[in-house]
Amino acid sequence: MNPMIDPQLNIWHWHIPLYLFLGGLAAGILFFAALYTIQGKEKLYPAAVKRAPFITPFILVIGLLALLLDLNNKPYFWQLYTTLRLESPMSWGAWTLMVVTPISFIWCALNIREIFPSFDWKYRWIKRLESFFTKYKIAMSWVLLIFSVILGIYTGILFSAFNARPLWNTSILGPLFLASGLSTGAAYIMLVSRSHAERVMFSKIDIVLIGIELFLIIHMFMGFLASTQVQIDAAGLFLGGPYTVVFWVFVVFLGMVLPAILEVLELNKFRVPVLIPGLLVLFGGLMFRFVIAYAGQASRWLY
Amino acid sequence: MRYAMVIDTKKCVGCSDCVVACQTENKVPIGYARDWVVEVTTGTYPHLQMEIRSERCNQCENAPCVRCCPTGSSHYSTGGIVLVKPRRCIGCGACITSCPYDARFPHPKGHVDKCTFCDHRIKEGNQPACVEVCPTRCMYFGNLDDPGSEVSKLLRQRRYKTLIPEAGTKPHLYFLT
Repeated sequence: MNPMIDPQLNIWHWHIPLYLFLGGLAAGILFFAALYTIQGKEKLYPAAVKRAPFITPFILVIGLLALLLDLNNKPYFWQLYTTLRLESPMSWGAWTLMVVTPISFIWCALNIREIFPSFDWKYRWIKRLESFFTKYKIAMSWVLLIFSVILGIYTGILFSAFNARPLWNTSILGPLFLASGLSTGAAYIMLVSRSHAERVMFSKIDIVLIGIELFLIIHMFMGFLASTQVQIDAAGLFLGGPYTVVFWVFVVFLGMVLPAILEVLELNKFRVPVLIPGLLVLFGGLMFRFVIAYAGQASRWLY
Repeated sequence: MRYAMVIDTKKCVGCSDCVVACQTENKVPIGYARDWVVEVTTGTYPHLQMEIRSERCNQCENAPCVRCCPTGSSHYSTGGIVLVKPRRCIGCGACITSCPYDARFPHPKGHVDKCTFCDHRIKEGNQPACVEVCPTRCMYFGNLDDPGSEVSKLLRQRRYKTLIPEAGTKPHLYFLT
């Protein structure tokens, strides 16, 4: 018998949820960077536009490496880029990464003097490239804005496209993963920001995003419970089933409710170290991907 | 032309000859299987009912595996048979996850593997290995579009079911009940 047929399918391990988290985080950070560049608020939000995006090439590369490790036929990975299949989220997601990853590198190169003030490019052609991209920065920001949203939402759509896994088979998952990605992005910006005004702004953004996430989660369970038996069973994994504690305690309480409370307290002049809500949101985002990835593979049709 | 397999659950004794025949014919690596036998017992003792099914890829007409494949490796072939091109398969596992019947598995060589309805035997005018070898003759293979074929006749005359029709996959594996 196939180890995969019986007793339970489990083909995707830590690689996929780790990548989904890193991809969502990068999408969140780059979204805010592009947004505030377009609005001309670089001075107001320097961490969001300049400092935070420095991590994105690294996490995108780590995420891509995780994806590569997950493949069973690694030497053939390039076959992904021989075709574009719109029916397959994995296909257009791979192409989205091909747009976002290079832009994340360019973004860092343009802002390198933020980290190393006396840095200078050695070759003239790089300088020419730099002035070219600086000239078209707004156009590039628009491309990045759109593709970071696609990247953030695709991580959820990737799962929701599988009708064989009832837990994933809900279109709420796309917006939910996007909201979660933006929330982790805002949390990361909060962590690296040095200005109080900027931290307060991203605190507020994060509270709103957490609110949206909680609404979408409740909405998702309402949808499941009002649906067919397989969806009711899928929801049952979180409502008394094996994923109940890990989901409600680690994802919802520690990853969403608690950081939101701490952020509200901070806005009301209580002194809360920014590190705590920031790290909690990042932890919650990671746990969320792991729980959904594993629970989804445990949910199935009855027969 | 639409190939289909009709399996008589009233005649099947669950001997697993189909499984062994497939593993031999298709050189399926040890520890894996492209087809398998399911026994379902319902009721409470002594009022029991048992159904035995020889299962494999359902060669769906609306195949989720073909839809989600990022490289086009999974595709529809002659007669609607769903096949994998090993040289285009990156082994991402999307098709394995997408299959409501869990019919696919990662081949140790890297690509994804599954039942092919023995398309290499069909081309030569033979029956699939599992059908050929069945000692109770409970399996039938043929063309659904031909009203005179044995599978078409059986589906007209007998009661049958498909697996998880509500998944919308339009499976081509029919079980006579």
